[in-house]
Amino acid sequence: MPEGPVVRAPAPPATLLIRGARVLDPRRALDGAHDVLIRDGVIAEIGAAGTVVAPADAEVVPGEGRHLFPAFVDPHVHLRTPGQEHKEDLETGTRAAAAGGYGCVVAMPNTDPVVDSAAVFRSLRDAAARDARIPVGFMAAITRGQAGRELTEMAELRALGALGFTDDGKPVVSAGVLRKALQYQRLAGGVLALHEEDPSLSGRGVMHEGPLSARLGVAGIPSVSESTMVARDAALAGYEGPVARVHMQHLSCRESVEAVAFAKERGWGVTAEVTPHHLTMTDEAVATLDTSRKMNPPLRSEDDRRALVDGLRSGVIDCIATDHAPHARDEKEVPFEQAPMGTTGLETAFAAVYTDLVVPGVLGLALLVDRLTSGGALFGLPVPAIEVGATANVTLVDLEQEWMVGEGGYESRSQNCCFGGRTLRGAVLLTVAAGSPAWRARAFSVVGA
Amino acid sequence: MRHLLSVADLSRDDIERICDRAASFSEVAAREIKKVPALRGRTVLNLFYEASTRTRSSFELAAKRLSADVVNFAASGSSVEKGESLKDTVLTLSAHRPDAIVIRTPWAGAAELVSTWTPAAIVNAGDGKHEHPTQALLDVYTLRSRLGSLEGRSIWIVGDVAHSRVARSNVMAFQTMGAHVTVCGPPTLLPRDIETLGCEVRYTLDDLRDADVVYALRMQHERMDDAFVPTLREYAAVYQVDARRLAPRQVLMHPGPVNRGVELSGEVVDSPQSVILDQVQAGVVVRMAVLYEVLAGARAGHLAPEPQLA
Repeated sequence: MPEGPVVRAPAPPATLLIRGARVLDPRRALDGAHDVLIRDGVIAEIGAAGTVVAPADAEVVPGEGRHLFPAFVDPHVHLRTPGQEHKEDLETGTRAAAAGGYGCVVAMPNTDPVVDSAAVFRSLRDAAARDARIPVGFMAAITRGQAGRELTEMAELRALGALGFTDDGKPVVSAGVLRKALQYQRLAGGVLALHEEDPSLSGRGVMHEGPLSARLGVAGIPSVSESTMVARDAALAGYEGPVARVHMQHLSCRESVEAVAFAKERGWGVTAEVTPHHLTMTDEAVATLDTSRKMNPPLRSEDDRRALVDGLRSGVIDCIATDHAPHARDEKEVPFEQAPMGTTGLETAFAAVYTDLVVPGVLGLALLVDRLTSGGALFGLPVPAIEVGATANVTLVDLEQEWMVGEGGYESRSQNCCFGGRTLRGAVLLTVAAGSPAWRARAFSVVGA
Repeated sequence: MRHLLSVADLSRDDIERICDRAASFSEVAAREIKKVPALRGRTVLNLFYEASTRTRSSFELAAKRLSADVVNFAASGSSVEKGESLKDTVLTLSAHRPDAIVIRTPWAGAAELVSTWTPAAIVNAGDGKHEHPTQALLDVYTLRSRLGSLEGRSIWIVGDVAHSRVARSNVMAFQTMGAHVTVCGPPTLLPRDIETLGCEVRYTLDDLRDADVVYALRMQHERMDDAFVPTLREYAAVYQVDARRLAPRQVLMHPGPVNRGVELSGEVVDSPQSVILDQVQAGVVVRMAVLYEVLAGARAGHLAPEPQLA
């Protein structure tokens, strides 16, 4: 049985010197060209560019003109193990994560079977200890079978390492059930991560309800389907406070941002995330009924998108999460209404937000790095830091490099990426996760070694 | 024209040209021998994932009158029931090298998707609640025959707009032809933001007298399960087009099949204002014109030559 809140396969610790990269750690006011020496998986020395002496056994990584960030942390991914390994598994999913600059991800429990018992949870962590390339934390379900009725054995699951609980993919429809989960949280601990949707409002909807859904004749999912549930559950958390902790997953609309802001003003235990696709795309991207742009919650209006960007900037939204949701090609090669919801996102998260929001000057680079690294802390995980003595969790990025999404294939087992075919700026060259090299771009060579 | 997928792809000239050609084919329909060799040697495949009597038979007749070979493929009782995907079905049928595939499915965008999988010309015979372009064309044709032109005419589309592909295609087609369109129905059956299509929205028939054309939609009984309207009785009381509400100068249309006593009273169905049977007749000649348009030499992007009618 693996120990600790996150698990990965054994990997040899890195010893390498990253020379002359512009090091940016937004929490340490570190922003300049430095040499960073990683010895036996730990950051051993940070010095002015060109000053650190490479030990004989160190690889030397040319960092000039590139950026070194703390490795990203994704609090919301679907790795599909157990039961749906034709879409993704722990190895391919964590490889995709490392390729996107991630050093840690949190996996959702809506697998087959659902992660709702100690037996499934244990076997999943054991599998991660064999197959995961970067550390993975696991959530367990709030309700058995995600059926929305009886609570799982939350205390036992927490003791086994569950970071928190979520029925993600489905909402907890009953306010009464969610309230019980919030009460029980005082015993079990862990964050309740909530997929907010009122099924009586979303119905058979498959895209944002608006002018485009009216024109296309497909059923819409109104914004209020999400925002009314965000407001309801924030109020429940406020009522059950002060230890109640809920995390609103993948916000998609202005009203939800406003509901979270309202809750935060009152000091309720509410945090929130937003995906790269909701930050950069609108329902206009669905005009061609491209199934890779079908996800839940749906891409919404330009006004909603702007509210999400503003919320991320102001901190009402705490972090970026990909909601990486792989689906097999044949599952997505069907008419839009039949296709499953979800897009992959781990390999494109940084580049998509960098290209669409940082390059045009809408968001600062430091803010983007902050929001890409802050998600794990909401679930009690350490925030990766570039400082002497810290375990090496870093990603080396070339901000100038352009690449076409999907042109060179994907590390993920699935190809359903909503950014597929787009040319993005910002390529991840190297990721070191928990002290070990987790990913290196094919064309990226090192000297020394 | 390579495919007919959506009314949104059609210009006013396109619609006029198809209607003109349909008019020339209507002369053929009046002959004793109702067949011309225009599409001899071509194969038209009817691929229907939904029950359809009039649309399918109308396409079949249209193809046969142009001397094309016709194969009908219905999803029920086929490999589709054994779990074959739409793509695999299309690839399989496409291996028989049909020149055109006429497809109806319950899914929006399916006709366009299929057009990316096969070299055949695709004619959308209804994709979910999205569009039904040949219905819109035959409705324009019928109105042109009755009124001369749609320019400046007021057309009311009444009923369950939310679940109607006919409504969506017709709003666009009628507007393209210069008509002013109003949609009217219970607020629960009008999609939010439908006015962004450029039509007016009404919830009662109070101003129905302003209309030159009244186009009633079929009220589908299965909608009752979702309680979009309290009862069919109340629906009929508020929205039924009857002799009291229909003026003698107005033209009455319906895509069929009619629920007598629900959206239309029996008397107006049989009234002189009704062109419902003209619509059915127009169905064949307009579909002849559409099949001819997508099959006769239009591949290179230029217009089809005039057909041989003898």
